[in-house]
Amino acid sequence: MGFDASYTAQKFKSVGSRPVRPDGVDKVTGRARFGADFNMPGQLVGRILRSPHAHAKIKKIDTSRAEKLKGVKAVITAADLPDLTDGNAEMYDILDNCMARGKALYDGHAVAAVAAVDAQVARKALKLIKVDYKVLPHVTDVDEAVKPKAPLLHKDMFTGGVDPKPTKPSNIANRSQYGHGDIEKGFEQADVIIERSYKTEQTHQGYIEPHACVASVNADGSGDLWVCTQGHFVYRQHCAELLGLDVSKLRVTSSEIGGGFGGKTHVWAEPVALALSRKAGRPVKLVMTREDVFRASGPTSATSIDVKIGARKDGTITAASATLRYSGGPYSGMWAELGAMTAFACYDLKNVRSVGYEVVVNRPKTAAYRAPSAPMAAFAVESAVDELAHQIGMDPVKFRIKNAAKEGSKSSYGPVYGPIGIGPTLEAVKKHPHMKAPLGKNQGRGMACGFWFNFGGQTCTDLNIGADGTVTLAVGTVDVGGSRASLSLVAAEELGIPYSQVKAVVADTATLGYNDMTDGSRGTFSSSMATISAARNAIEVMKERAARMWEIPVENVIWENGQAKAKGKKYGNLPQLSVKDIAAAAGNTGGPIAGHSEIVADGAGVSFATHICDVEVDPETGATKVLRYTVVQDAGKAVHPTYVEGQYQGGAAQGIGWALNEEYIYGEDGRLQNAGFLDYRIPVCSDLPMIDTQILEIPNPNHPYGIRGVGETSIVPPLAAIANAVSNAVGVRMTHIPMSPPRILAALDGETAD
Amino acid sequence: MPGLAVSTTINGDDVEFLCQAEETLLDVLRDRLGLTGAKEGCGTGDCGACSVIVDGRLVCSCLVLGAEADGSRIETIEGMADGETLHPLQSKFLEHAALQCGVCTPGFLIAAKDLLARNPDPTEEEIRFGLAGNLCRCTGYDKIVRAVQDAARTMKGV
Amino acid sequence: MHYARPNSLKDAISLLAEAKGKAFVLAGGSDLLVRMKSGHVEPDLIVDIKKIDGLDEIRKTANGFRIGAAVPCAAMGEAAALKKAWPGVVEAANLIGSKQVQGRCTIVGNLCNASPAADSVPALAAAGAKAVIAGPKRKRTIAVEKVVTAPGRTSLGKGEIVEAVLLDKRPARSGDAYLRFIPRTEMDIAVVSAGVSLTLDAKGVVKAARVALGAVAPTVLLVTPAAKAIVGTKLEDAALDKLAAACSAACSPIDDKRGTVEFRTKVAGVLAKRAARIAYKRAGGK
Repeated sequence: MGFDASYTAQKFKSVGSRPVRPDGVDKVTGRARFGADFNMPGQLVGRILRSPHAHAKIKKIDTSRAEKLKGVKAVITAADLPDLTDGNAEMYDILDNCMARGKALYDGHAVAAVAAVDAQVARKALKLIKVDYKVLPHVTDVDEAVKPKAPLLHKDMFTGGVDPKPTKPSNIANRSQYGHGDIEKGFEQADVIIERSYKTEQTHQGYIEPHACVASVNADGSGDLWVCTQGHFVYRQHCAELLGLDVSKLRVTSSEIGGGFGGKTHVWAEPVALALSRKAGRPVKLVMTREDVFRASGPTSATSIDVKIGARKDGTITAASATLRYSGGPYSGMWAELGAMTAFACYDLKNVRSVGYEVVVNRPKTAAYRAPSAPMAAFAVESAVDELAHQIGMDPVKFRIKNAAKEGSKSSYGPVYGPIGIGPTLEAVKKHPHMKAPLGKNQGRGMACGFWFNFGGQTCTDLNIGADGTVTLAVGTVDVGGSRASLSLVAAEELGIPYSQVKAVVADTATLGYNDMTDGSRGTFSSSMATISAARNAIEVMKERAARMWEIPVENVIWENGQAKAKGKKYGNLPQLSVKDIAAAAGNTGGPIAGHSEIVADGAGVSFATHICDVEVDPETGATKVLRYTVVQDAGKAVHPTYVEGQYQGGAAQGIGWALNEEYIYGEDGRLQNAGFLDYRIPVCSDLPMIDTQILEIPNPNHPYGIRGVGETSIVPPLAAIANAVSNAVGVRMTHIPMSPPRILAALDGETAD
Repeated sequence: MPGLAVSTTINGDDVEFLCQAEETLLDVLRDRLGLTGAKEGCGTGDCGACSVIVDGRLVCSCLVLGAEADGSRIETIEGMADGETLHPLQSKFLEHAALQCGVCTPGFLIAAKDLLARNPDPTEEEIRFGLAGNLCRCTGYDKIVRAVQDAARTMKGV
Repeated sequence: MHYARPNSLKDAISLLAEAKGKAFVLAGGSDLLVRMKSGHVEPDLIVDIKKIDGLDEIRKTANGFRIGAAVPCAAMGEAAALKKAWPGVVEAANLIGSKQVQGRCTIVGNLCNASPAADSVPALAAAGAKAVIAGPKRKRTIAVEKVVTAPGRTSLGKGEIVEAVLLDKRPARSGDAYLRFIPRTEMDIAVVSAGVSLTLDAKGVVKAARVALGAVAPTVLLVTPAAKAIVGTKLEDAALDKLAAACSAACSPIDDKRGTVEFRTKVAGVLAKRAARIAYKRAGGK
């Protein structure tokens, strides 16, 4: 059945309400089962040995003593994970990251693993593994890594996207470029030009739940994996490929997930757990320690960004350019490219160019973190825009309104925008009481805009009508923040039944078709699209069944308010049939009733946000207090407004931590010094004020309800909003994130920010 | 090494177990007693996801040895509801959407329960500092604080 | 690893004195367990002192206060008389970790863990606190600042254990305060800290002072020139500036993941000034 995804304006009964979520009671009683809450009989404990060197050749690994230790059932190295990637460079990098093949590329890189009867034995066994390293020079800084004499990570890395291809290898994996117009000409037209360089340090998604899985591989090549993941289908695909298992024989069940934010969209230790299980012939439970999570999962890029923006005296931007260097860890990625794409996305520009350089360094493999790469680029651009507005003497909000992208604008990354929310969020901010609140001594206000694409992707949904008329909705997108509630609302809306009659579950890989991961803010967007499609299919089935029950042609059956109704003069007085009525008779009318949907959800709808922040800076210590924070963001249509607010607040809080205190700290020796929650400082409850939110709804024309993705955009503006606020409070432009107290104090004391 | 014999009371029930000297109370609760409500977020007392109450004091169970619990009275998230009836904090957390992924929630509920037991009428600041030992990465704490404020009002009978 | 929980101090001392391998005292465990998990220490024996009679008490004595080695810091915050007499010591103790850590950690543990950034130590040193050490041969009482000799090292001999901390009776017109700098509002290890204890004369002039700094040297620093700078004054700006300068001059901090040399040096002076003002107010100065 064809599915028309275009938006139709309508009055909603369920969508837009705020019921309690279906999985909530289990979560407040401790019954919900997360990655580490599951056990299989006979399971062993898996532990990983990690390189203490940032860059080293692995000359030899002697596992003999570990293998002989009583209670050890398997020891593996890269030798136990043969290369089946068949020239697929991306899969090879994943394989190498799971277990180093010949070279340790960062402090924390896995080099061996054991499975033992308990944690104590496993720990002892790790100590008995002898690894012979030849330590090599390392480089951890993104700017150092591009210098000509920098230590080389890969002898065969020649910068892609450059023509002609370079003759010498380097640490620059790729160059990308976006934009249009003539920027040289544009800068000539400018009356004022701001040109600055910015740096942001590496951060981690900081989910409270470490990666955890229980893996079981049987002798017949079938396997089970219980794991906390944002994408159990992707994990199945990758694990099967790396281990040489049949995809259909590996059943991956996603546990409740204790936070992901992009960091659980890649496999880390799961292939290792499966390989251990295969060798030991028993299930293996492998839980990463917090230290492992920081050292060896997937933090963001660290960046170094140069921005140049010029404008006329009347505030029109005439040209904008940026050069963005992003670190990808030891492997190539697309992080710089995403930064280059998003950098100027908020603005309607005639002349714009952004160039991204993907740089490899001896740090863990970069992974997505909520609107990946956008926050850093936005920090640089929105800081420059603020400075530019200030120099021209224009109010920063008015300046942005003047230059904001709108429907019909050609975006800096290529496509032409449909109806979008950047203008409306700016207008809302302009009117917002926060902007008028008085500021005291040492206090400053900052605002900034942000953008994210949002993605669609492959989505399958099964909607089954039970014999009692209640509905089970099986979705394949992992629920990271309440999407089961939102999708239940959508199903209820489409079917015309109460929300309480719908139960949404996340199905495992054996029971549902392929689903892309919950990332790119696609969870509610694409699964809702699939849910609507499945529900409409189910309604068609139910209409047919009603027709059969009434023995009338199906053309005379309509669906209204959750009931099948016979229309027309001839049949109009037939009593209505509810879902319950039709379901009860299903056995006689053709069997169980279901609606399915397998779609590629397209047109996710870009989303924009504008944030306002007030800070107070102690001029004697550089300590910053966030006094007030407001998020204004376009959701298209808020299915469950409370959860949309929660996404706005959560993203803002992560951005605040990123702006003020979070960073990976490396020593001269290339080792990570703060691999724990004590010294990797995420915001605590007392660090933050209440976070005010305003949801705007500019419908996405490519979704039946107008839904846009909401989960990511809210992390994009905070770095700049806070930098602008701090800069205004202290009277010095801050260019290095995080703006930790020593950096602020140094800026105040007139030294160059470090 | 033969295990140490430990006798405790957990959520009102007498519980005995054997454990190794280096096992923490968190290890024992989760791996020996099947009480997986308390979570290990960090193992070093920095995140509060493992919070339980021991002899009336809020603690991180990852920093208590199983052996130390001998003779102690322990309260975990599993004992917070009264049968089918949720504790007001649990209800308010649901009502206010004070959880997203939910992994930090048991720790917060236990910490909030202890907070309100000691200070039934806390200010926003007192709530924020009282819960500073519990990390949440999803919510930004706003709805958590509101849920605790509302629960305090309910429990006072306001 | 062996775990023992003796009922008497005598038994605890014997266990420690006779231990063949590495033996550690366990009170709150918030330092010891962390070090065990990171692999920094691998105890052969842990001696839990929490069941020893009297060690979990805060006693008001004729001479002042006696705080047993097993008293959790949270309990110190609940002891009204102690809080009234030594607010700086209590607020320092109550800054360690989180509420969860507070329910377990002890100031004696904080002292003996010998971290340069320990919160309780500058306040205890400024307050002139003493440590009562019991051992196989004898008991001895020394100034707390003499317990710590270097980061992670104490002057305790084999079998010796600090059984209590003593605080004098608070003289009239006295006040103390402790401030620390952390980048967040809670949970962090002090980047730099200052403890100040003052006694005023009837006219509100400082007649005695002790100023101690934490996290700016291998061990706690008692800065005599800083104290001298404010004795005989009413904490006028010039006196406070001198105090701050003396503090900054006395620092020998390091660059590490928590702070830089410049930052610690500057902020040490700032905090000492602020702590002095609070102590002055608590002492009744205006």
